[in-house]
Amino acid sequence: MKRLDVTLGQDLRHPLEEYLRMDRIPHVWCPGCGIGTTLNAFLTAVKKSGIPRKDIAVVSGIGCSGRAAGYVKLDSFHTTHGRAIPFATGLKLANPKLTVVVFAGDGDLLAIGGNHLIHAARRNMDINIICINNFNYAMTGGQFSPTTPEKARLTTAPYGSYEHPFNVPFLVDSCGATYVARWTALHVRRLTNSILEALHHPGFSFIEVISSCPTVYARRNRLGTGLDLLKFYRDNSVIKNGANTRECDIRFQEQLIVGKFVDQEKPTYHDTMTEYLSQSVGKRYVPYQGPMQGKEEDGN
Amino acid sequence: MESKPPVLLTGPHYWDGDFACAEGAIAAGCRFLAGYPITPSTEVAERIAERFPLVGGTFIQMEDELASMAAVLGAAWAGARAMTVTSGPGFSLMQENIGLGVMTETPCVVVDVQRGGPSTGLPTLTGQQDMMQARWGSHGDYEIIALSPSSPQECFDLIITSFNLSEKYRVPVMFMMDECVGHMTERVVVPALSSIKVRHRRWYRGARDKYHPYVPAKDGVPPIVKAGDDYRFHITGLTHDQRGYPVINAECQHQCVSRLVGKIKDNTDRIVILEEDRTEDAEVVVVSYGISYRVATRAIDLARQQGIKVGSLRLVTVWPFPERRIIELAKKVKCLVMPEINMGQVFLEMERCASCFCRTRLVPHCGGWVHDPNDILKAILKGVKS
Repeated sequence: MKRLDVTLGQDLRHPLEEYLRMDRIPHVWCPGCGIGTTLNAFLTAVKKSGIPRKDIAVVSGIGCSGRAAGYVKLDSFHTTHGRAIPFATGLKLANPKLTVVVFAGDGDLLAIGGNHLIHAARRNMDINIICINNFNYAMTGGQFSPTTPEKARLTTAPYGSYEHPFNVPFLVDSCGATYVARWTALHVRRLTNSILEALHHPGFSFIEVISSCPTVYARRNRLGTGLDLLKFYRDNSVIKNGANTRECDIRFQEQLIVGKFVDQEKPTYHDTMTEYLSQSVGKRYVPYQGPMQGKEEDGN
Repeated sequence: MESKPPVLLTGPHYWDGDFACAEGAIAAGCRFLAGYPITPSTEVAERIAERFPLVGGTFIQMEDELASMAAVLGAAWAGARAMTVTSGPGFSLMQENIGLGVMTETPCVVVDVQRGGPSTGLPTLTGQQDMMQARWGSHGDYEIIALSPSSPQECFDLIITSFNLSEKYRVPVMFMMDECVGHMTERVVVPALSSIKVRHRRWYRGARDKYHPYVPAKDGVPPIVKAGDDYRFHITGLTHDQRGYPVINAECQHQCVSRLVGKIKDNTDRIVILEEDRTEDAEVVVVSYGISYRVATRAIDLARQQGIKVGSLRLVTVWPFPERRIIELAKKVKCLVMPEINMGQVFLEMERCASCFCRTRLVPHCGGWVHDPNDILKAILKGVKS
């Protein structure tokens, strides 16, 4: 990365500026939050992927992670809470040439949007999910979520959560996801590589990013600053590529299993749809012709 | 050798309203449908599932109605003409994303084949009980367009009108069928392709770097682009400025919401479609829509046979409400009568407009069947005496 120099005339541009809406910076995320790091990893992967910027669309739901769509200089959609995946499904099916990325949080994807997550995985819909897991609903002030480890304290679990959390990689793996990885906000290089692989992976890819939330999750649980959380990730992450996802559950302040767990080929929704329809409908089958071209005259 | 079937099945058919609705959508250029099975709307999705592979469309059966509506919005932003189809309980589940469609000004059509409610109610029997939900179902202030067909032929014709209105005003259009119209089988004539007028999307034609998603044209409606065309635009359900960027303050909220409301309200006279019959000399006018219009026609004929001067005003578009015409009629008649298969929904709007000038009479019906024409006739007789 180019060294920043305050001397006049030096290039002070952010290396990912062409992918960011600079007129919307500064962003809303707190100091020490892992979402910015993840967004950086995502945009670096996009840049490396060679996919033209016009062909990538980002869909977000609601919450801290949901704001990511507003900062990327790509076609970007800030939708309703939990519905980023079905919105992305419509976008992808209506223009199969697009690379569609859903950037959303644990509450959005796993609680209110849980039904859409499991069905998109089942269909092997060719979309990429980046799931920021900060173990809580941070935008609304820190309520417990479906991934909050047992006994962690949050505003609606003031005595510690007594719910069993999801083992997220196991959930999406068992539903049919064909690419599943988990990294923390510390594993920037590995996370970037995983996102790059996911962008080129045909089918449903899911990357869970364990993300630091110093303002709410760490403060409620007296875990220190964002830096302290990164140190915890450094000392407690165990990289197990190909690990059995059943063994990837997360307990409060215990070992974190990270890595690429699933990477397999399987026909996507689009593949089976076109293949089976051409088999059964035969020569009468007319495949989807793509979206309207935007060239028709407006009959105003 | 099999040949490719035509997109448009020009000629006479014997179809129910659900089939006609599906065929009309195909004629209107709809090539994306996301839906979830629900009686009595399922036949629309079934027909589409059978026909889309023959005409280049994509049908997906989603996991629920929330997903269906979200997928429709996504498809519309990818540049497809898209719709979903449901009935009361599913319509309730779609409301949040209908609001997103309103806020982001997404052209699409939502078909609601109404059944009796509340709750699971009467899955297989008719109702007109979602009319206010169509108008106010999502949270916040907005204006919507809703049409109500009375026959299978109109399911074909008016779904095309619905798509055209959604493109022109960039708003989700509610196509308010009911179980009776949906399951009624009648002659439907599909016209030749040349006589079907399909409105194109209002594509933006200016310089790429000058594009902002919400700079309105003269009629208050902004031109649109689609994903994948290198505009790299942003849309959000948050209150936004002309660039589409969220701005959370009262000034921006005022500009944003007043334009969303204004683009429909200020164009009401251009949007409204009414059918009038024998209103010139009328002392009583029956105002009706959907299947109730056809029952009302019988009641009007019976009244005319008794020498009573009765006319009919049919609301082809129910929303936006035709205030101006209702007030004009109210000023010259004794009474406006409205039969509805609900306990009084659109009637409330009519009463609001008319009650200063004439009497108003509701002929309610809880649903499950259409009115007995004699009940409407009784209301007409009372109305003419008052």
